[in-house]
Amino acid sequence: MKYWRAPLDINEIPIVRGIVHIIADRCKGCGYCIEFCPREVLAFSKEFNKKGYHPPMVVSDGCLNCHYCEQLCPEFAIYTEEVPPVAGSPSP
Amino acid sequence: MAKAKQRVHPLEDLIRTERIPHIWCPGCGVGTVFSACLSAIKQTGIEYRKFTMVSGIGCSGRGAGYARLDSFHTTHGRAIPFATGIKMANPELNVIVFSGDGDLFAIGGNHFIHAARRNMDLTVICINNFIYGMTGGQVAATTPHNAQSATTPYGNPESPFNLPLLAIASGATYVARWTMIHTRDLTDTFAEAMAHRGFSFIEVLSPCPINYVRRNKVKLMDLVKKFQTHTIIRNDADPRDLDLDFEKGVVLGKFVDIDRPTADMLYEEIRRRRAG
Ligand code: SF4
Ligand code: SF4
Repeated sequence: MKYWRAPLDINEIPIVRGIVHIIADRCKGCGYCIEFCPREVLAFSKEFNKKGYHPPMVVSDGCLNCHYCEQLCPEFAIYTEEVPPVAGSPSP
Repeated sequence: MAKAKQRVHPLEDLIRTERIPHIWCPGCGVGTVFSACLSAIKQTGIEYRKFTMVSGIGCSGRGAGYARLDSFHTTHGRAIPFATGIKMANPELNVIVFSGDGDLFAIGGNHFIHAARRNMDLTVICINNFIYGMTGGQVAATTPHNAQSATTPYGNPESPFNLPLLAIASGATYVARWTMIHTRDLTDTFAEAMAHRGFSFIEVLSPCPINYVRRNKVKLMDLVKKFQTHTIIRNDADPRDLDLDFEKGVVLGKFVDIDRPTADMLYEEIRRRRAG
């Protein structure tokens, strides 16, 4: 992540990571999740879904699990979950 | 240890998945507000069978049909009288009215003011998309002055309602306004309003991409961004300042949260007095 100055507690606060799940066939391609993701994690894919819309796809690993895409989506087509911490590698 | 739980959308248990995709157009804010309403139901921690949802007619009026709750899709403008009947018959229920500006304030306007006056214990969610969406974009009681609609091709000569002012003047005991983009405040407000004893009213500004946005030659994303950039959060604002003027800045927040005996409580009191 880019900071304008390094936070004093950068080594103490674990950064939450999110994983995005997309239910492609529910999407109507409105683009809200793409436009309003604060981390620019999503973009339209080239694929078509069953209804002929382009669902979003994940283009970066910057998701912070803020759930904003999930809350904005009018179609229940996207949601996020916290990435479980990997055994043996504690959060930074 | 690893949970093999099947991954599903967190609101899956509250939507009638067999009816999804719903009928709302791409980019319509009703789906977002509906999602916030279901999240709020979850957030209250109250069991689902204690909720019921009532809708009238219109795009927003389809809401009741998508909630996996006991729900009623009623006749035009009559969501509030149906909800009133449910509440008086079974005061234990948390009754949510999920409907639109046309249904609640034009066809059903009289019901709204009287339910507020009686402090009927309902949570009334009004999605204000400034137009009659489902019937083809006719001018509504909420269409901004000068805006284009199917029936005002030269601009709307009338002024729209200031809905929170109307609700407060009629006697509502909880009144708030947000836009569909303020998802977190919206969910918290819905949950608070559901827990509130008395008549709660929440106005939610939302885009109708087809019949309002396109006709008024604005871009959908521009209008939705305006909901962020041209709004001011001011709790307890003077209700007279709540007119919808994006140039001046539309005021959002919680305006009223007071206690007053509810209709079902007062009725029960009289019933007991007569019996005793
Ligand atoms: S959870 Fe937040 S950061 Fe992650 S993709 Fe959604 S909007 Fe972006
Ligand atoms: S917000 Fe939902 S419907 Fe809109 S593009 Fe994203 S996933 Fe698709």
